[in-house]
Amino acid sequence: MSWEPKIAGFLCNWCSYTGADLAGTSRLHYPPNIRVIRMMCTGRMDPVFVFKAFQAGADGVIVSGCHPGDCHYQEGNFKMLRRAHLIKRVLADLGIHPDRFRLTWVSASEGDRWARFSADFTQTIRTLGPLKLTSDSILEGTYNAA
Amino acid sequence: MSSEASGDKKLVNLTIDGRSVEIEKNSTVLQAAHKLGIEIPTLCHVDWMEPYGACRLCSVEVIKGKRRRLVTACNYPVSDRIVIETINDRIRRVRAMIIELLLGRSSNVPLLQELGKQYGVEKSRFGEGTEGCILCGLCTRVCDEIVGVGAIAMDGRGIKRRVATPYDEESKTCIACGACAAVCPTGYIKVIDDTRTEKGVPLEFPTGPTTSIYVKTLQSVPKVPVIDVESCIKMQTGGCGVCATYCEPGAINYNQKPEEIEVDVGQILISTGFQTIDLKKFAQYGYGRLDNVYSALEFERMLNATGPTGSQVVLKNGQEPRAVGIIHCIGSRDENHHRYCSRVCCMYALKMAHLIKDRTKAAVYQFYIDMRAFGKGYEEFYHRLLDEGVTMIRGKAAEVVEAGWGQRDEGVLLIRAEDTLIGKFREIPVDMVVLCAAMEPQHDADEVGRLFSISRSPDGFFLERHPKLDPTSTMTDGIYLAGACQSPKDIPDSVAQAQGAAARILQLISRGYVEVDPIRAEVVEELCGGCRMCNNLCPYGAIEFVLDKKISRVNDALCKGCGTCVAACPAGAITGKGFTNAQIMAEIDGLFAKPTQGAKA
Repeated sequence: MSWEPKIAGFLCNWCSYTGADLAGTSRLHYPPNIRVIRMMCTGRMDPVFVFKAFQAGADGVIVSGCHPGDCHYQEGNFKMLRRAHLIKRVLADLGIHPDRFRLTWVSASEGDRWARFSADFTQTIRTLGPLKLTSDSILEGTYNAA
Repeated sequence: MSSEASGDKKLVNLTIDGRSVEIEKNSTVLQAAHKLGIEIPTLCHVDWMEPYGACRLCSVEVIKGKRRRLVTACNYPVSDRIVIETINDRIRRVRAMIIELLLGRSSNVPLLQELGKQYGVEKSRFGEGTEGCILCGLCTRVCDEIVGVGAIAMDGRGIKRRVATPYDEESKTCIACGACAAVCPTGYIKVIDDTRTEKGVPLEFPTGPTTSIYVKTLQSVPKVPVIDVESCIKMQTGGCGVCATYCEPGAINYNQKPEEIEVDVGQILISTGFQTIDLKKFAQYGYGRLDNVYSALEFERMLNATGPTGSQVVLKNGQEPRAVGIIHCIGSRDENHHRYCSRVCCMYALKMAHLIKDRTKAAVYQFYIDMRAFGKGYEEFYHRLLDEGVTMIRGKAAEVVEAGWGQRDEGVLLIRAEDTLIGKFREIPVDMVVLCAAMEPQHDADEVGRLFSISRSPDGFFLERHPKLDPTSTMTDGIYLAGACQSPKDIPDSVAQAQGAAARILQLISRGYVEVDPIRAEVVEELCGGCRMCNNLCPYGAIEFVLDKKISRVNDALCKGCGTCVAACPAGAITGKGFTNAQIMAEIDGLFAKPTQGAKA
């Protein structure tokens, strides 16, 4: 069986989740590799979720929110933008290629944009190949789920 | 008079021309005469200022026993049992002399000529001066007593006496109120209105108030006048107060001060409106530089029946324009300024064209990018305008310049524009240009947005919750939008939106309770360390710090459940209901879980 990338997608409820929904209802074709988790806002993204996804077996993680200035909660996406730069540096330290993580903006009306982005990101992950984490996960037991 | 009235104010009894009258003790003879309906001629007297006794024309005779003497009625106090004669040969002689003397100085004053006829003075023996001023002192007193400025005073003595400003220089204290001219009985003092040209055409068409007490708009609610503190003489100098003397119900209160009032409300409707773009940014159209280039609002004032020209369309030189150019989209649909369409300009430009056609014989040119006649009856109006002979030129005007001397047969200004329909560059001579300035967000929209925690769309206008399904609400519950603060719109649209918003507000009031989404953040008090990091992160100000417990607490009514605080809490003390860390972790695990035996089978 050929390898297929597994990608976790964290989408904000108001723009990107609705945008991805629109891509579906518009019958747009795009790779089925992204598995979506709905958040209320990308501002809710705890960086640990990204690391946890890689630990759980994701080959890539994509976070998508409203366009800057359009956040339903005013500025949650800016908070995510700040975290994204840190996440990339931490990923590099962990031996995970920073390109395996991506932050995008997709509005509720941009189904085609979501389809394009997911195809593009899936292609990126495909090129990078499967993620091989070393035996004991470095993330094991670092987080107390409240 | 009743006995209770005399208890408060002492009354005296006197006889004027054989008729007895009872009047308050501190009155003057003139007031007592007026009470009896007896006319005494005056030149320097008005009821609302202190008597002055300058003209002596009100001379009457006071008779006490055998003594008779001449006094001025305007400032002679009444006393008990005195006898007054207001007219007899002696008084007539004295008054005739006064009039003759005044005529000698100012024979050109109709008021004096009239009095002269009454007292038999046809011609003065003292010459036929044309001074015009009768030295009544009304102007100097009104300036000092009423206006409180004292910009003019009597100067010189005897025949050299005259009204003057200090050192005969232009007064620095004069506030140009015009009170002196209004009170002058001879018309000697004239107000020169330097806001108008020699032909009486206003130089400016102010869109704000032009008097110190004014009703803001005809549609104001409540429709009451307000006082402009900056320019009100009473407020600034303590003088004047004329409006209060005219207000019969006594509604004018000068002691009112601006005050901040705190009102507890559950819902707020924001309708802060728009401003127009500063036309000085567009040097190419000559606004503020060339004569007869107006903004649409100024031109609207010119068309207004209660405006400075009384709805006459006139040029600065007092003539009717031969041609008027109306240029659309100044700053709107413009990559350099605002990309959006201001929506109202096409239609008001057409209305203006219609009114110009109605009132003048001028040719009207519309320079438009696209004609957006979008509303009910608008397209029909556009066609009516075509029938009326308005020339439509599709293309944005490039510039407005003064026409060369040889080109001025049709207009003194030249509009240079591309006509995209015939594919040619054109120069249209006109006499007057009207610029349709773009609507833009109020200059303090950012501050207002912050105050109410509402966001703004990229064009700067307040952002509605949903462009189609919820155009009157904002992302913040209980805050609604109406009118041009949300996007450029015309009056029907603003009214519709405002009525919609009002209905939404009433809906909640009549229901009496608020439904909130179950998705909220919650602080686990045992875990909260009181670092207050979340307090400032919350875009809704929903997290308050409980001082006595030294922990943060989420206000359920304000929280929208975005989860920003949940992700940021260093202690993991905040949970997002419906989106807890445990739930999301489980979701992640579930995404990549190996299919179980059962699923395989």
